[in-house]
Amino acid sequence: MELTLKKRKKNTIIPGFTLTLGYTMLYLSIIVLLPLSMVFFNTLSMSWSEFWETIADPRAVASYKLSFGTALAAGIINVIFGTIIAWVLVRYQFPGKRIVDGLVDLPFALPTAVAGIALATLYSPNGWVGQFFDFKIAFTPLGIIIALTFIGLPFVVRTVQPVLQNLSSEIEEASASLGATRLQTFTKVIFPELLPAIITGFSLAFARSLGEYGSVVFIAGNMPMKTEITPLIIMTKLEQYDYVGATAIATVMLITSFVLLLLINIIQWYTNRKFNLK
Amino acid sequence: MRKKKKSVLLASAITASLLLSACGGDSQANSEGKVEILNVSYDPTRELYVEFNEAFANHWKEQTGQDVSFQQSHGGSGKQGRAVIDGIEADVVTLALAYDIDEIAQTRQLLDEDWQTEFEYNSSPYTSTMVFLVRKGNPKGIKDWDDLVRDDVSVITPNPKTSGGARWNYLAAWGYADKKFNGDEKQIQDFMKQLFGNVEVLDSGARGSTTTFVEREIGDVLIAWENEAYLSINELGVDEFEIVTPSLSILAEPPVAVVDKIVDKKGTREVAEGYLEYLYSDEGQEIAAKNYYRPRNEEILEKYSDQFQSLDLITIEDFGGWQEAQKKHFADGGTFDEIYQ
Amino acid sequence: MTKPLEVEQETSLKVGNVATKSYALQESALVKWSLITISLIFLALFLILPLVSIFVTALEKGWATYVASIADPDALAAIKLTLTVVLIVVPLNAIFGIVAAWAITKFSFKGKNVLITLIDLPFAVSPVIAGLVFILLFGAQGLFGEWLFQNDIKIVFALPGIVIATMFVTFPFVARELIPLMQMQGITEEEASISLGASGWKTFFFVTLPNIKWGLLYGLILCNARTIGEFGAVSVVSGHIRGMTNTMPLHIEILYNEYQFTAAFAVASLMSILAIITIIIKNIIEWKAKDV
Repeated sequence: MELTLKKRKKNTIIPGFTLTLGYTMLYLSIIVLLPLSMVFFNTLSMSWSEFWETIADPRAVASYKLSFGTALAAGIINVIFGTIIAWVLVRYQFPGKRIVDGLVDLPFALPTAVAGIALATLYSPNGWVGQFFDFKIAFTPLGIIIALTFIGLPFVVRTVQPVLQNLSSEIEEASASLGATRLQTFTKVIFPELLPAIITGFSLAFARSLGEYGSVVFIAGNMPMKTEITPLIIMTKLEQYDYVGATAIATVMLITSFVLLLLINIIQWYTNRKFNLK
Repeated sequence: MRKKKKSVLLASAITASLLLSACGGDSQANSEGKVEILNVSYDPTRELYVEFNEAFANHWKEQTGQDVSFQQSHGGSGKQGRAVIDGIEADVVTLALAYDIDEIAQTRQLLDEDWQTEFEYNSSPYTSTMVFLVRKGNPKGIKDWDDLVRDDVSVITPNPKTSGGARWNYLAAWGYADKKFNGDEKQIQDFMKQLFGNVEVLDSGARGSTTTFVEREIGDVLIAWENEAYLSINELGVDEFEIVTPSLSILAEPPVAVVDKIVDKKGTREVAEGYLEYLYSDEGQEIAAKNYYRPRNEEILEKYSDQFQSLDLITIEDFGGWQEAQKKHFADGGTFDEIYQ
Repeated sequence: MTKPLEVEQETSLKVGNVATKSYALQESALVKWSLITISLIFLALFLILPLVSIFVTALEKGWATYVASIADPDALAAIKLTLTVVLIVVPLNAIFGIVAAWAITKFSFKGKNVLITLIDLPFAVSPVIAGLVFILLFGAQGLFGEWLFQNDIKIVFALPGIVIATMFVTFPFVARELIPLMQMQGITEEEASISLGASGWKTFFFVTLPNIKWGLLYGLILCNARTIGEFGAVSVVSGHIRGMTNTMPLHIEILYNEYQFTAAFAVASLMSILAIITIIIKNIIEWKAKDV
């Protein structure tokens, strides 16, 4: 089956290859590639040492650490709770389940600025939630993590959910019939099956979190070296008319995004192939 | 195959036409007797220009019979300056700092480098200064800049890198320390370090800081434009806040300018110049005073004297002008960056 | 060791091929309900509370203020602008998504993975950078700046700039939804149709489109939601001219900055309602898609 399919693909009789690919490339170039190349193009006007000085500036470095650290923390939180939520939504019945299922998409549909304002209101020291804590949540890295958790949640849930749904019950039955406890079945059988989806979900949420701006600025506090995210550094540079500096930082972010995405696609490609071979 | 080609062509055509229709969306109808002015301004002037635009429209109609309508854009001063440099077609700019207009003049030559001599008083029809907003009853007993470096005081100010108002704040504090320590840079720098060590949230704009202080109830003192301080008291709670005027502050001169190249292109020079000149008229000065900006006109200033306390004011010239101040304090590696290093 | 095994075999035998899980394949009730509780608490803290707070603040000063905030001319202009952007961006990205998915899934060629990654790219690019690139391209200092100024064509700080930045941000959504779907469906049906003499156009409309309609609709809805809500990129290219280049999210920011918190949250609640409607439609689509 696999072989014949491959063979057929090579001499397909379906029309429109040149045109659809041509249109795809054209549109892609105009809307995405040409604009993005401007970042590199503008950075080229810097000398290597200037470039290095800009991107290795202590404030910029602190912002990478912060953006990276908070995105990582939010990603891990989402992996844990996102997987639990996906599990609950697929495996259990409880009242209001459909509403909960729909709600998971909210961060996706809600404008990020609205989310940022609402979260800042809730988690500020006098907010509904913030007042119960002795320490500050909003205006600290904790606040940023909360905003990024909000933004990233649907990615993990929505990538894990379908995989969990398609998981055949037979392997679980086999595992159980071989004497494995429920926990063993989960860790040894189910979890490895979910892992590629979890990694994909995590990476998507992570990539999105690295660049997130709208929701974070309202809740971050924006202190240099402490709560200043990388996109804000770009904004700051722009507002000081330092276009080249802004594009230098943007270059760093762009390359990071591209590498991350490539990684996600390689994972997906790899797992797809694994499934095809089965 | 050919049909597919057609469909793709069709798709491309739709793409193109949709894009083109988007481009044609806002052609300016500069028909006889009606003119439109775009005023690109900074954050705290919203209320001022709502009132002033209406007054000027009436005045202009009476004088010339021409209808003038306004478009306003507000944002952080640096952001707005950048927007003009990047191509927003502002007839007039009314920003927080001369530096931002200098930048427009230098990078795109949209106006003359000596634009600041166009109108009276450094092209700044109204001034303001930096004061403290504290919570009702002044529980921390904040009276002057010295109290802001106390360990038990938490300060809110916007980020000088992104906010024009914050740069005035910074320079006012610097000016105070300069006087206190007789210009000893090391001690001034320590003072600034202590002050910013007390800053809890560094919002990107003046409005953000006010919200943090007022709505989120963070901080004991907000360093703010005098006009913003009054406005927030009136808008957000007369009996919740007090204004404290420090012994020394800075004369903040928010400048205005006609953007020569744009008005010449649009043919709006006459009305744009009339517009800014009218800011100096009695009515314009009165509106500025009503919106808590200090008017240049002595008589009107006198009339509103109970809302404008007198205090020692240093000026930007004490720092050698904006170009110097920017380079020394706010550019990358400047004194502000050193605080956080 | 042997005892539970017997029990398990028995239950799984009883249930047989029915989809419901057998007893031994489930967690204890304690685990089940604690997992459900954890999920609900987490969702309440992160999703439900923010949503509720928006509506509570919006209605704080009564219904009349709420209506007035939304019926304000600047608010209406913002709503109109946002809808205009949707009407331009969503169809364009839909056409692109279909064409790209066709090219990628119906043919094999080298560099496919790179192409897919490039299509995904806008998704991972910070909105701030997305706005910045169009300033670098069409801003007065940009590549085409001088030419645009000479010819009096406005792109950034006008509708076209907002449209194109939004297009960039929402670029992958439809394509991303269709590619895995069409990959799964393979090419046999299309090949059959073509070999029976149908044209490519006809094949697409009568064979492919019915197969992908739910996926397409789903992609459209995601694209639509993101178009309405985009903030960062649009904020860079909009210029914030009141009543002209302010989209709904920007209008919210402006109201917020004018200390009109109630009005800001009123418009925000309107956007939340839009988001909820989107979610409901999406769920309906999912049911329908499952039934098919």
